[in-house]
Amino acid sequence: MIYQGKKKIWSDYQKEIPDDHWYYVRSCIRQNFFPASEKMFLEICRDVLGKDIYENEHHTTCGGIAYHCDTIPQETAMTIVARQFALMTEAGYKNYVASCITSFGNYSEILETWREFPELETKIREMLWKACRKEFNKPEYLAHSSDLIYKFRNEIAEKARFHLINKDTGEPLRVVEHIGCHYSKMFPSKGVGGAEYPYVLTGMVESWGGNVIDYPERRHCCGYGFRQYHVKANRGYSIANTHKKFESMEPYKPDMIITNCPGCPYFLDRWQYVIAEMEGKTYGQNGYGIPVFTYEEVAGLVLGYDPWDLGLQLHQVAVEPLLDKIGIEYDPASKYLGTNRKDIMRPELPANLKCH
Amino acid sequence: MNVFGFKISPSSAIDMDKVDRARFEELCRVEPDAVRCMACGSCSATCPASAFSGMSIRKVLLMLQRGKEKDAFRMMRNCMLCGKCTMVCPRGINTRHLILSICRIYDDKEGKQ
Amino acid sequence: MKEIIVIIGGGIAGLEAASQLLKLGYSPIIVEKSDHLGGHVSRWNKLFPDMTPAQDLLSELIMSSKDANIFLNTAISSMNRLKDSYNIMLSNGISIITKYILITTGFRLFDASKKEEYGYGVYDQVITNADLEHWFNNGNDGRIDNSQMNAIGFVHCVGSRDEKARNTQCSKVCCITAIKQAIELKERFPDAQIYCFYMDLRLFGKKFEDFYIKAQKDFGIHFIRGRVSEVSENIEGKVIVKAEDTLAGKPIKVTLDLLVLMSGMVCNPDSTRTAGMMALPIDSDGFLKSSDNVFHITSSPKQGIYYAGACTGPKTVPETLAEARSAVLEIHSHIIGKE
Repeated sequence: MIYQGKKKIWSDYQKEIPDDHWYYVRSCIRQNFFPASEKMFLEICRDVLGKDIYENEHHTTCGGIAYHCDTIPQETAMTIVARQFALMTEAGYKNYVASCITSFGNYSEILETWREFPELETKIREMLWKACRKEFNKPEYLAHSSDLIYKFRNEIAEKARFHLINKDTGEPLRVVEHIGCHYSKMFPSKGVGGAEYPYVLTGMVESWGGNVIDYPERRHCCGYGFRQYHVKANRGYSIANTHKKFESMEPYKPDMIITNCPGCPYFLDRWQYVIAEMEGKTYGQNGYGIPVFTYEEVAGLVLGYDPWDLGLQLHQVAVEPLLDKIGIEYDPASKYLGTNRKDIMRPELPANLKCH
Repeated sequence: MNVFGFKISPSSAIDMDKVDRARFEELCRVEPDAVRCMACGSCSATCPASAFSGMSIRKVLLMLQRGKEKDAFRMMRNCMLCGKCTMVCPRGINTRHLILSICRIYDDKEGKQ
Repeated sequence: MKEIIVIIGGGIAGLEAASQLLKLGYSPIIVEKSDHLGGHVSRWNKLFPDMTPAQDLLSELIMSSKDANIFLNTAISSMNRLKDSYNIMLSNGISIITKYILITTGFRLFDASKKEEYGYGVYDQVITNADLEHWFNNGNDGRIDNSQMNAIGFVHCVGSRDEKARNTQCSKVCCITAIKQAIELKERFPDAQIYCFYMDLRLFGKKFEDFYIKAQKDFGIHFIRGRVSEVSENIEGKVIVKAEDTLAGKPIKVTLDLLVLMSGMVCNPDSTRTAGMMALPIDSDGFLKSSDNVFHITSSPKQGIYYAGACTGPKTVPETLAEARSAVLEIHSHIIGKE
């Protein structure tokens, strides 16, 4: 591996990310899977870094999942997106940041389609007006929320309480970074670092002390693939792709996985349980799995937030081995205590994947 | 017991790292022309068994080199040894003789010569 | 008075043209921007199909053109048209007035790092056809481990027939070069498995098809029809390539100790720059545009300006030499006709 060669490619794919004043849209599913991630993004941007990030309750899904599952045509997805842009325009913002990679890809694709076919944009403006009497400006800048955390990675590193370093050995942790397909595969120039060697998460990991692993199936899809998972008959393909990635990263003995997509951390995390049940195989140390995180969760851990406030008890793969490696203190007894210390109940333990 | 209702799908990808070349090398010793195929398809186009059984000596040669020996051998059973493929091969490969050699070398049945 | 002919580019086309012009009694001047003659061929090892040492050809060309006036390390600063001749300013301060200019600026090798998915400049075991040829010459390349060579791959059409790389043309020589280099590596590493990943095998030249058959039969080179889509590195530092075996209709992967990218020929930016000075037309493939592509390949639309070799498109060595002679004959006929 020639690190300088990668650096050259990274320097070719630097996108402009404004410093402040963003209109934020959430993902449909992330709050169920990783309940504190979006909250943590807002808290880091607003409270830790003092940025103006605005969101309001009127925005909806972007229609991306339905579009990718072939249940709605693209014009419908476009009109939904047009409405979101109208909300941004009404709120007086020009920079639009999406929490979800599917959304980010959907927005990028729609803006690019409108650029190529302006008549389609005119049609969507008419449809939006007929549907809800709204008008919109297109965002001046479109970013994924990982772009912002990437931009602020060094500020976060300056305020860090912990680093991605094994406290016993002093060695950097071995980190697998996994980028959502629609972050840059459709439009390499829209992602930090491009599509072949994306830098957005690598930059965070390097800045926070870890070492990124470049394993053979690094670029491969997490396996979610919308219909691959949603249609049960296809589910074997979904898990086969995830299985292929784990088999490929296994020799590198990764300490953790960091992701920037709603689906990827979910499938990389949950399928480890299913693979363990089906094949009896686990990929972490001593029967554990490899802990999988969103970049907001990792930023939160680095900044010293309580792991249980970050919602890490909702992960399938136990995060405790990683917390111990970094030296992050946590109270095992409060793992399953929710807000107001209410008991949120304990999950049933799997047979083959060690989780406690 | 699998409670999920689905399994990890097997991959159809060819892994060249895992191909055992021993038998193909043995074949090449008696049939050096086995590697001269340029995949033009003349043989399969003219093969009387091709349209009905999928028989293709071109595919058989390829499968043997990609580690799919069982599939290749199964396909070979459809050959009727008419010799038309030998007539049309532009590289002059003696396909009829080649087929007989494949039958001999790749036959796993007990008591083969 | 001996007619002066300015030859821009001291590669094999320029040298052969100079040598022929000298024989006809003219006074050729070669302007070469680098510090040596011979262009790409000067760094090549052996030439297909007879495995002629490139150095033999070059020595002969340099010997027979030694009486030409040669300016090394010299670029064209400007060029302008006078009444019936051209005034050329060189970077060394010399200016030349001539009625005849022969452009032999050749091609440039496609920058393989532009195909990011192949990892040239990122993965240690990925080299280009030119790198391999230099290694044949001097045996010195840190990326090639002499002791560990079990599997080697060649990727054809790197930057050729590739709309995304903005080169739709076939580079013509890469198929036969890959086969030549595959055989040469097999001779050095007889136990290694060698794979050629191709889209089409375009073996148009004399004895090229024989070479292909020899590679298959005598050297056991594996030909896989499918373009490599992705290269990655495994934990041992070997490269893994993914392609589709389109003849089998299945994805295929193989782990290699060395991957050679057959970088194609693209137009030389120096050709484009020189052409720009005289408002010479550029063809849709980026190379210089001949008066016509059948009957007048060596003629430009401007009087007194001629082309030879790969400045008008990918060419083999014999084609380039033949064009140089042909351009010289055109110039000669023109001069004779005026007398």
